[in-house]
Amino acid sequence: MIHGTDRNNTKHETDHRPDIAAKIHTTVPAPTGTGEAMNQYPELLEILNGVPHGIALLDQDFQIIEMNRFLEALTGYSGEEARGIYYDFILRTHFQQNSHFLRQAGETGMACNTEGDILGLNRKKIPVRFTATPILSPRTGQAAMVLALEDITAIQETRAGKKEIGPSKGLLGHSPKMQEVFELLPILAHTDSSVLITGETGTGKDILAEAIHHASKRGKYPFIKVNCGALPESLLESELFGHVRGAFTGAHADKHGMFQLAQGGTIFLTEIGDLPLPLQVKLLTVLDDREFFPLGSQKKVKVDVRLITGTHRDLRKLVGEGGFREDLFFRLNVLRVHLPPLRERDGDVRLLIDHFLQMFAANFNKNIQKISPQALQRLTKYRYPGNVRELRNIIEYGVNICRGEVIELDHLPPYVLDEPLSPPLSRPGTEPSLPIDRQTDAAPNTQHPAANSHKGVPDNAANWSDIEKQNILGALMQSGGNRSEAAKVLAWGRTTLWRKMKEYSLA
Amino acid sequence: MKILITLQNNDIAPRFDLTTEVLIARITRGKISGAPRTILLPGPSSDELCSLAIKEEVALVICGGIEDAHFQYLIWKKIEVIDRIIGPAEEALALAMVKKLQSGAILRTRPDRSTTP
Repeated sequence: MIHGTDRNNTKHETDHRPDIAAKIHTTVPAPTGTGEAMNQYPELLEILNGVPHGIALLDQDFQIIEMNRFLEALTGYSGEEARGIYYDFILRTHFQQNSHFLRQAGETGMACNTEGDILGLNRKKIPVRFTATPILSPRTGQAAMVLALEDITAIQETRAGKKEIGPSKGLLGHSPKMQEVFELLPILAHTDSSVLITGETGTGKDILAEAIHHASKRGKYPFIKVNCGALPESLLESELFGHVRGAFTGAHADKHGMFQLAQGGTIFLTEIGDLPLPLQVKLLTVLDDREFFPLGSQKKVKVDVRLITGTHRDLRKLVGEGGFREDLFFRLNVLRVHLPPLRERDGDVRLLIDHFLQMFAANFNKNIQKISPQALQRLTKYRYPGNVRELRNIIEYGVNICRGEVIELDHLPPYVLDEPLSPPLSRPGTEPSLPIDRQTDAAPNTQHPAANSHKGVPDNAANWSDIEKQNILGALMQSGGNRSEAAKVLAWGRTTLWRKMKEYSLA
Repeated sequence: MKILITLQNNDIAPRFDLTTEVLIARITRGKISGAPRTILLPGPSSDELCSLAIKEEVALVICGGIEDAHFQYLIWKKIEVIDRIIGPAEEALALAMVKKLQSGAILRTRPDRSTTP
């Protein structure tokens, strides 16, 4: 992530917009500007809401007067909540307490821009170009500031030479099942119909939803994700549809719901199967009418939002059990995509290992070049109940634990080693290239002295397990049954040899 | 139990990764036990801050924005995280002690002038 500096600042002539400034300052007493002006001139806010960038209006102390809806979606705070608060507490920029950039714009009366980042609602750093434009009231001379935030993620990726590895950003896979998903993606992106993404936990439902959003015409507008299983019913209703002041105890200010924050964009409701029945009715109404009443409000709110839902549950079965409304199921199930579990994705495990290995090695500044054939064998045979997320965590663990350049079996989490092996996931010859020791992988018996000692690896050895078992026996024979010597011959630790012998019932 | 709060002057720091000062308070039977400690860090680092929380056996972290990787890491380490809090650390601590602090809470409507540059 690049933290911007003021060295990058450029200046250009200020567009003073006296009309807007005058409107603001006729109603906003300095220095504690309020949003009254915006309330009296709702068309100003509507104009700001139409801009697909975050915009905040600051007073001369850099406290927020108003924010447009895009910025509300980025920060998770409504304009009303944010009003009167120093901008950095709301935007969470890299500037921290150093507002030199804003002061410079204020003092020179000229627009300044710089690059940096903010920490968004989804706990992700978003690279942003900040443009501060001072506006002055010609009558009072009072200053305010328009701070625009433009998401420059794509620009930074281009600058850094990063290329999208998969057909869709963040999604990787060469397996036929994933290819089917990739082929479907453009179709899903070019329509505005509801999409239901199913798949086991950790298969990448969130990433697919985000990919569909970014590839769609709504890509420049917010993508809001809500986990329906993470909040109790009362909070979830407020989270989704918002509330007005006084709607319930503790509702001190109006709060926009996620549907409003996603205006123009996409809302992704994950774990939709956990949505309580009363809210299912309300969601159905929103889908049909494109409008709803926030909690405690008498005023309907219209929304233009695309809905994508995801679940690991069998919704049809839930309908049968009475836990999910059938009419909502049909409404959501317009376009359906199923993400296959990792164990059904031939060859993808090795591709993903390669990807995560490179990613974490770079992130943790480690010089890890490859993964040993033994560790790779274990990983390709593991069943991954947690799917890609689990594989990612395993590689992250290995990269953290590994002190050398090769991830060995001992660097994998113990539970992976304890699991019984399943048949290999990958078909020979279909795997993409990996930074592994190919020689030892392809011909394990030609590398270790033990292998030389028992050249007779049977041609009919069913799989790697058989070959490894033969290697162990050969090494034990060579060392006269001395396990320490056998471990040395195999270039393993004693513990690894002991575990392997136990695994193959040789102990 | 111990509570760690990221600080920027008297307020909760807007960002976990840029925090250089933390407050650690020990809570015994619902009350603050002893004087809360303020620790100045050598520099901003999310990793160091996570290590500190683990080393100090903190049970709850109260902070502003935090990146998802570090949020998940702390959760994995069985440390509760209440993030996106805006307001004075003292008030956040008081609310957390009575289990009334929720993520995203704004604890005041106007900032302390002394905390703004």
